[in-house]
This record gives sequence, C-alpha cells and structure tokens, in this order.
Amino acid sequence: MAFDVMRRASLHSMRDEGVTGMTDIGKILRGARLAAVLGLALAISACANQAADNAGGAGGAGAAATPGSQQDFVVNVGDRVFFETDQTELNAAARATLDKQAQWLTNYGQYSFTIEGHADERGTREYNIALGARRAQSTRDYLISRGIQAGRMKTISYGKERPVAVCNDISCWSQNRRAVTVLNAGS
Amino acid sequence: MNNNILNNSNLGLNRRRLLLGAGALAGSLTALTPRRAGAALRLEITQGNPQPMPIALPDFVAGSPTETEVARNVTSIIAGNLQRSGLFAPINPAAYTEKITNSDAVPRFADWRVINAQALVTGRVTKQTDGRLKAEFRLWDVFAGQQLDGKQYFTTPDNSRRIAHIISDAIYQTLTGEKGYFDSRVVFVDETGPKERRIKRLAIMDQDGAGVRYLTRGDDLVLTPRFNPSTQEITYMSYGQSDPRVYLLNIETGQREIVGNFPGMTFSPRFSSDGQRVIMSLQQGANSNLFVMDLRSKQTTRLTDTPAIDTGPCYSPDGKYICFESDRGGSQQIYVMAATGGPAQRISFGEGHHSTPVWSPRGDFIAFTGQAGGQFSIGVLKPDGSGERLLTSGFHNEGPTFAPNGRVLMFFRDPGQGPSLFTIDITGRNELKVPTPSLASDPAWSPLLS
Repeated sequence: MAFDVMRRASLHSMRDEGVTGMTDIGKILRGARLAAVLGLALAISACANQAADNAGGAGGAGAAATPGSQQDFVVNVGDRVFFETDQTELNAAARATLDKQAQWLTNYGQYSFTIEGHADERGTREYNIALGARRAQSTRDYLISRGIQAGRMKTISYGKERPVAVCNDISCWSQNRRAVTVLNAGS
Repeated sequence: MNNNILNNSNLGLNRRRLLLGAGALAGSLTALTPRRAGAALRLEITQGNPQPMPIALPDFVAGSPTETEVARNVTSIIAGNLQRSGLFAPINPAAYTEKITNSDAVPRFADWRVINAQALVTGRVTKQTDGRLKAEFRLWDVFAGQQLDGKQYFTTPDNSRRIAHIISDAIYQTLTGEKGYFDSRVVFVDETGPKERRIKRLAIMDQDGAGVRYLTRGDDLVLTPRFNPSTQEITYMSYGQSDPRVYLLNIETGQREIVGNFPGMTFSPRFSSDGQRVIMSLQQGANSNLFVMDLRSKQTTRLTDTPAIDTGPCYSPDGKYICFESDRGGSQQIYVMAATGGPAQRISFGEGHHSTPVWSPRGDFIAFTGQAGGQFSIGVLKPDGSGERLLTSGFHNEGPTFAPNGRVLMFFRDPGQGPSLFTIDITGRNELKVPTPSLASDPAWSPLLS
C-alpha cells in the first residue's frame, strides 16, 4: 500500500513535468499535484528508477505506459479526484477526471477496482471516516452513472489516516481530500 | 483473612475481595482509633480556585533493608499522583525535620506544623515470610493532631505500583470526599513512523504513563479503542485484511473477535454502561447510522435512520440515554436520544461544530471536541445543553475521555508534528502532558480497577 502511494506520486510528477498542453486539468489541481510531489521528494527519487523501468526506460513515462496497463490508468487518465473542505460533491474538474476514468474502465473491462475515500486532518477521526466513505460513494455513484458496473467496484474509507501530503497548510490539505480509484492488482 | 488482598500477580484482581480488604483495618492500626474520615481536614474541590493542600510524604519505612527501594518507590508514586491531581502540593522532603522510623508511632505534629504541612502520610513496606509485600499507611491531620485513615494491603512484589495507586486513591478520597482515579489505566493508540505511513498499535498503561504494554503489533491500522466498564476487554476499530470493522479484544488473553456480521464498515464503537452491548456506526452508502449489538444474543438493533453522519455514540452512566454527533442539521452537533432510539434532541448550540461527545461517569457533563475558526477545543456542557465551557483551544485538540471520577479529562493534541496525550481538570485548570514512549492518540480511560 505505502509503495503504491509513492509510485503514483512519482508518476504524477513525470506527467506534470513531461506532458504539455494539459488544458483539461484545472490550474489549481495541477498546482496541488506539484505540491504533493514536492512534499514527497524523497519518495520520488527512491521510486523514479522503478517507474522508468516499468514504463520502458527512455522518454516520458506517460508516453511510454502500455495502453491498458495500471500505469496507463494512473498516468494518462488520472486515478484521483479532489474535494472542497468538508464537501462530498464532485466539482467540474473531478467530473472530467471521472469521465476519463469511466471511458478507460469501459475499454478495459477486465479490471475490478477499489475507490478509497480520504479526508484532510482538519476534522475529528470518526467523522472523517464517514466523510471519506461519502466521498468514495459519490465517486462510485458517478462512475455507475457513466455505465460502469457496480459489481466491479468496492469502496473503503481511510478518513484522515492516510494523507499523501504531510505539511500543515492548505496546499497539503487540498491534496488529502480525495477519492482514489485503485485498480486491483490481480484483475 | 480479609487483609489478604491483592495477592494475585496479574492485574485482573478480584474486585469483591479487594473492596473487602480495602475496608479492613489491621488491629494495630485500629488501636490508634482513626477518626471519621475527613471530619476536620477536608479540601473543598467543587468550587472556586482551590489552593493545593500542602502534604508531607516522608519515605515509607522499610521493614528490612531489602525493602528500602520499593518503599521509596511507593512513596514517590503516591506523591506523583497527588501532585499531578493539582489538588495537593507535596512538600520538599529536604524541609522535613522529623525522620519517620516507626510508622506505628504518633508523629511529632509540631515538627510538621512548622513546615505548614496540613496532611502527613506515613507508611511501611514489609516483605512477609511467604514472599508477599505488606504495605500500610496512615494519613494524619497535622493541625488537629489526629489520624484520619489507616489501611494495610498485601500483594506480590510486582504489584507494588498498584498498591501505591490504591493508597493514593484512599488519601484523595479521605481529603476531598470524592473517589479518586489513580488505580486506573488508559488504553491508547501508539504511533510511530512518518505521517503518511503511520504505524498504529494499541497500547495500555497506568494513568500516570507507567507500565506501557502493547496489545497489537502494528500490522493493521487500529483506531478509537474503548474500555468495557466491567471486564478486561476493549472494543476498537481495525483495518484488517478485509473491510474495516469493530473488534473486541480481551486484554488478558489477547483473544480477538469481530463484533457482529454487518454488511459494511463499522466504526466508532463504545460499550454500554453495563458492558453487555456495543454501540457503533454502520456505513450504509453515503450515510452512517447507529446500531447496537447485544454481546450475548448477538442481536443487532438499528437506532438511527437518517441521511446523515451519525457517529461518536456514548451512553449515559445510567444507561438510559445516548449522546452522539450528527450532521443531520447541516453541521456536526451533539444530540441526545433514548437508549432505545427514536427522536433525538440537539443539545449543542455554541459556536462552530461539536463532536466526539462522551458522558461523564458522574453524569453531570458531556465532554466534546469543538471546532470553530480553524481551532479545535476540548469542552464540556451539561446534558441539557446548558453551561458550555471550552477548557483548552488550539490546533489540534481532539477526543476527550473522562477519568473514573469525572473530574479530569484526557485528550490528544497534534500541533502538526504528531499527537501527544494531555490531561486537564474539568475546571479548565492543571493542563499536563502525559508521558508516552512515542506519539500517542485516542486515549480511553478505564474505570477504577478496585
């Protein structure tokens, strides 16, 4: 689990640095991702080689990810959406990401997946567990509305227990209020 | 023989025998005719800003030189307990003029009046021929020149810490008129490792932070442990190999089981006041509702059914009511309903959000986590919603739990570098950090062990 989180962060960094013209992703979202990358600088350097190996070596990892692979999903589709403080509604950027996820999941029907709901640290533990569950649920409902079978997905909430960004300001909190679509490794 | 108490080496002491023993006075002590407890010297702790009572605690006399160290340790544990309560001010032993060499003799009260000691505790620890320890103490009213209390206890040598806590409670009760809270434990979540990959283990310790023992290994994420009021059992939430669930754990045997067979995530558990049921939240789609399971019949009952987050349930001490938090009105607030469910009454109307309600064992207050303006507070209000007071505020206080006598709260504070445990009086005074081996969160205070 911990390694998966690191690897996704490293792939994001390559995407943000190596791919241009990402007009479909909002400026805020992109800035937030970069903040997370800075926060995980050590993890990135430790994992970059692995990611490059997986992606075939030379060039941008995003370009090299095998279509239909887990890397392809994380790098070229985007595995996560973000939420406003104490909110569970999907904003326009989140819906755009989930539209792409739905398209990809339709194309690659062999995958089952888990939607992880998370909250930032500015809430009490029990409430945040329920809040993360709501975020996972709204993500699930949206994917179902886009034609993905409910039987392919599970949800889980981690509340505030698994932040990806660990500073104590808004740049990190906005990173941690998220729902992440994690493809099941065995599927 | 009634005095043969505390002769079990484990901590699962027989409550009835302990109570019998604690009330029994040895012949030599009764010969000194202890006066009715607290008749003259009484610390008024229910109002105003009490000045800590100066109290002298010379080292307990050792029955023989081999008991010197344990006698000194027992004395220092008692002094530490009384000092941390904020109600007593142990006097520096350097000021003592009388050296206590015989705890059966009446002290020279004039020597203790000179240093303004209002109360004096003398005692002795003796190793018996059967290997057990005998610990005895006398509590003296220095100005009246009379004995207020005197008891003796027998235990195995590894139980000397508990003897010290039990004596501390006896002193506290005689001098304040209220039960103490020193012979109690705290279960909490020990935290190690970086924030994004935190290892969390259940741990248990004495209320003063001593004797930490780990109950889980850290393989699974564990949260919100709570004590069973009547047995050596806790309930908590754990992320095991499958969905997160509420578990029961027997502290003595290590035996563990999932509570109920619910179709989704269960969390935020707490025992009923009689220990026979566990109340918790069940996640159903976007909603969290309250359910209770009878631990004997395994029957489950739904208590709330709202399109909201209902969580943090806690029974009143008489078992008739449940307080909990809900965002059914738009934000996290505290509600009270009958233990059988049904309509719930919102009771928190102060500024901001109110969550993690917990009912005092005395029934007089509900403590909570308050959130307003980016600050997280620990506060109390009365069960009818009146009298809300914030005791401490900042970033980020959370999760209060009451001491067995309802006069002290423990909670955790995480300013950003990681959480630590603190205590504070319900008056808002005497905030103290509780020592733990590493980061610590989610404390839950046990009932009195004896």
